[in-house]
Amino acid sequence: MQIFQTDLLCIGAGLAGERVAIEAAGSGFSVVCLSLVPARRSHSSAAQGGMQAALGNSAMGEGDSPDVHFNDTVKGSDWGCDQEVARIFVENAPIAMRQMAFWGVPWNRVVPGEQTYYKGGKPFTAVEKTENEGLIHSRSFGGTAKWRTCYTSDGTGHSVLFALDNRAAQLGVDIHDKTEVVALIHDGETCMGAIARCLKTGELRAYLARATLIASGGFGRIYRASTNAVINDGGAHIAALDTGIVPIGNPEAIQFHPTGIVPTDILVTEGCRGDGGILLDVNQYRFMPDYEPEKAELASRDVVSRRMTEHMRKGLGVKSAYGDHLWLDIRHLGAHHINTNLREVKDICETFLGVDPITQLVPVRPTQHYCMAGVRTNKDGAVYGLKGLFSAGEAACWDMHGFNRLGGNSLSETVVAGMVVGAKVVEFLQGADSVIKMSAVRDAFAKQQQRVTNLIDGVNGRENAFAVREEMHDALVKGAGIFRNGKDLAESVETLKGTLARARRVGLASNGIGANPELALALKIEGMVKLALCVTQAALMRTESRGAHTREDFPDRNDRDWLNRTLAYWNKDGDELPTLKYETATPSFELPPGERGYGGGKIIPMDTPPKTGKNKA
Amino acid sequence: MSRTLTFNIFRYNPQDPDSQPHMEAFTLEETEAMSLFIALNRIRSEQDPSLQFDFCCRAGICGACAMVINGRPGLACRTKTRDLPNEITLLPLPVFKLVADLSVDTGTWFRQMYQKVESWIHTDKEFDPHAKEERMDNHLAEEIYELDRCIECGCCVAACGTAIMRPDFLGAVALNRIARFMIDPRDERTTDEYFDVVGTDEGIFGCMGLLGCEDVCPKQIPLQEQLGKLRRKMALAAINNKLPKFLKSPS
Ligand SMILES: Cc1cc2nc3c(=O)[nH]c(=O)nc-3n(C[C@H](O)[C@H](O)[C@H](O)COP(=O)(O)OP(=O)(O)OC[C@H]3O[C@@H](n4cnc5c(N)ncnc54)[C@H](O)[C@@H]3O)c2cc1C
Ligand code: SF4
Ligand code: SF4
Ligand code: FES
Repeated sequence: MQIFQTDLLCIGAGLAGERVAIEAAGSGFSVVCLSLVPARRSHSSAAQGGMQAALGNSAMGEGDSPDVHFNDTVKGSDWGCDQEVARIFVENAPIAMRQMAFWGVPWNRVVPGEQTYYKGGKPFTAVEKTENEGLIHSRSFGGTAKWRTCYTSDGTGHSVLFALDNRAAQLGVDIHDKTEVVALIHDGETCMGAIARCLKTGELRAYLARATLIASGGFGRIYRASTNAVINDGGAHIAALDTGIVPIGNPEAIQFHPTGIVPTDILVTEGCRGDGGILLDVNQYRFMPDYEPEKAELASRDVVSRRMTEHMRKGLGVKSAYGDHLWLDIRHLGAHHINTNLREVKDICETFLGVDPITQLVPVRPTQHYCMAGVRTNKDGAVYGLKGLFSAGEAACWDMHGFNRLGGNSLSETVVAGMVVGAKVVEFLQGADSVIKMSAVRDAFAKQQQRVTNLIDGVNGRENAFAVREEMHDALVKGAGIFRNGKDLAESVETLKGTLARARRVGLASNGIGANPELALALKIEGMVKLALCVTQAALMRTESRGAHTREDFPDRNDRDWLNRTLAYWNKDGDELPTLKYETATPSFELPPGERGYGGGKIIPMDTPPKTGKNKA
Repeated sequence: MSRTLTFNIFRYNPQDPDSQPHMEAFTLEETEAMSLFIALNRIRSEQDPSLQFDFCCRAGICGACAMVINGRPGLACRTKTRDLPNEITLLPLPVFKLVADLSVDTGTWFRQMYQKVESWIHTDKEFDPHAKEERMDNHLAEEIYELDRCIECGCCVAACGTAIMRPDFLGAVALNRIARFMIDPRDERTTDEYFDVVGTDEGIFGCMGLLGCEDVCPKQIPLQEQLGKLRRKMALAAINNKLPKFLKSPS
């Protein structure tokens, strides 16, 4: 057994993992970050848009403040978020952005004088103040009262991740890439590190740590169609769930984006519709105005995704080798506009589809995009159930997003949570020395070793892991997609129970030697199906519609019965279903539940509404 | 209309004592808008689940999937089969250590590079959480970003004759990294300090200027221009270093 020892073990070297690592390394602790890919390839690098912080330097951001940002965030969450956490987040976001600038991020800056910007496809001018020249600029994103999104051209995630990884290299943070965590080491009370598989040699290793952080990003890849990187398949969520005592918070809270391209589901920006692009069906008919006479294609993300799905269900989608889709039409915007303002969209269409959007239609469909769901922590980032275990970033349910996260708020969350939780991790490490129990380490290691042997030898059967994954994908699309209803969800749960049984009989067709990819999938397929069951079962039980969770049979937001957070536990290994518990959404209300001001929908109020909060904004 | 494609893929699993390096052929029916990402995943799930390759973002953003495609280093996810002939030959990137089949270890190579060029902002200042950010001209921010766009795919290294011949050569990607910090006023390193890092045969003076690197860069980073500038600057510094102190220009 190969053993590594460190003060802090970060599972994940994306923005959240590295930001926490930097905090601990800066305080003199040893840190090892594990990652499936070299740190800079983590999915954070794919975020192009930007990150929100109420700096208020730009003309369109004037008058912005953490209070305004707070209100946008809570409304965006459909009141599902923890308001204390949302407050911590908005207050720290400006500091985090400036710190990124200090570490080398080439943020776009304010250029003084009259500038031309676009809104709804139309140009307008705004005057940037001379005294703000050279400060961090911001752009517009959906669901915000002010232009608040800090950016570096079309590569925000990339440049921030490069700056952080540079800083991590400077501080001597140890990165073990091509390493995959398959289990946590714990004794039912304390987490002592993780068991991981080396994706260069295939060997299992034990990483012993005084503190462990789960910063493994989202698990969008349990869905077939996702804008996420192919590595975002929930390996570390599975390790957490498998402890039996760590819950996944709000597993049913999954965000979908209207325009992923078909095939490959790469995201094309909302800007296409913002600038006047329209959606067409198989008959090249513009259908959105029939559903949403007022806003048509410009209704909110979740609403457009719902309508597109509804239309395809009527058989009006375009058939293709990669399944049904619809068309995005931006031809009428003209060559000039597309070549200048939608350059990146043009590049994606040409490169990945061989389609020129100036003269051709773009195949699109709604696609899984973000997990509000995640490993449940308290406001310090400490995970429920195990001492010494923390979580941050998309992997966590810290819970500032509730049932819908705003664009630009998740990238921002990674570095803000990284800073806040990082400080708590340091406090923890400075406290009493924890004891590593070698018996727990040996048990955890032996269990994983046994699983590997069983899969290679086909001890439990020879089910094909790829086929099991297909069945899981189908069941999720059917029940836990954009529109949900009791009947389909119940069917999906039943299907997935069968899928889980199949997953438990998986065995390899290949020899499993080295960094064998079939073994990698086989090791996590059972856990992926468990995650899928958490999503579907929690969605089935939640008989209301809130944020991204839309029940056709329960269209109202029900604050009376459902202003709470789901906690999904997998009590015993052999269980067929997760055990669901619930806790209040927020310990206190700074902003009492109310109308979001978009999306419509009825609200069933709380029996005793909380008193007006202290928020002045 | 649809073509049958033949993929000749390099196979070798160093962990398996029975494995020998060889080429293996797989055939697939081409589908519309097929990329090497789609093709290789289909081969893995339908024909050989042990086939190793690296994809991550599958959108040309992360740099994970570089390989040698019909003789030329490139990103597999950005490569459409319709732009290739019926026979497609795929090899792992040279220079980087082979993991197996088409998968290589770029992480170790790049982390070593960060340490050699000290790929971070050098400053004596402390971050003040209560102060406003230091101002920067937007045009300069854009210039820095232009060089920061490198995705560390390794194509430029794999296409470089010097890098293939001498393992200690920094490569275009590292020289571009230095150029990025040189124009960033937040980095307080002097020309002399940069000279110590790149003013050698491992660095800019080892570069033969043949520009295999710029041709293959999927991000179209202006490597030729950066290498040229760096060479002139370092040549000047070299001359400057030989002059008596009172004749030196300030660095
Ligand atoms: C296409 C796209 C565009 C986006 N654009 C924006 C945007 O403009 N603004 C915004 O705010 N948000 C955006 N988001 C969301 C945002 O990018 C992510 O939520 C955020 O980057 C997540 O960062 P992270 O550090 O939590 O995780 P990641 O960056 O995903 O990092 C996860 C890390 O964990 C590692 N890991 C995972 N599993 C394991 C395992 N089992 N063992 C070891 N390591 C593991 C990975 O290798 C990786 O290093 C976008 C998302 C997508 C998909
Ligand atoms: S110019 Fe030639 S020798 Fe120099 S880095 Fe580029 S490929 Fe290598
Ligand atoms: S410079 Fe270009 S080719 Fe070289 S690693 Fe960076 S992106 Fe790849
Ligand atoms: S998979 Fe990320 S660049 Fe190809």
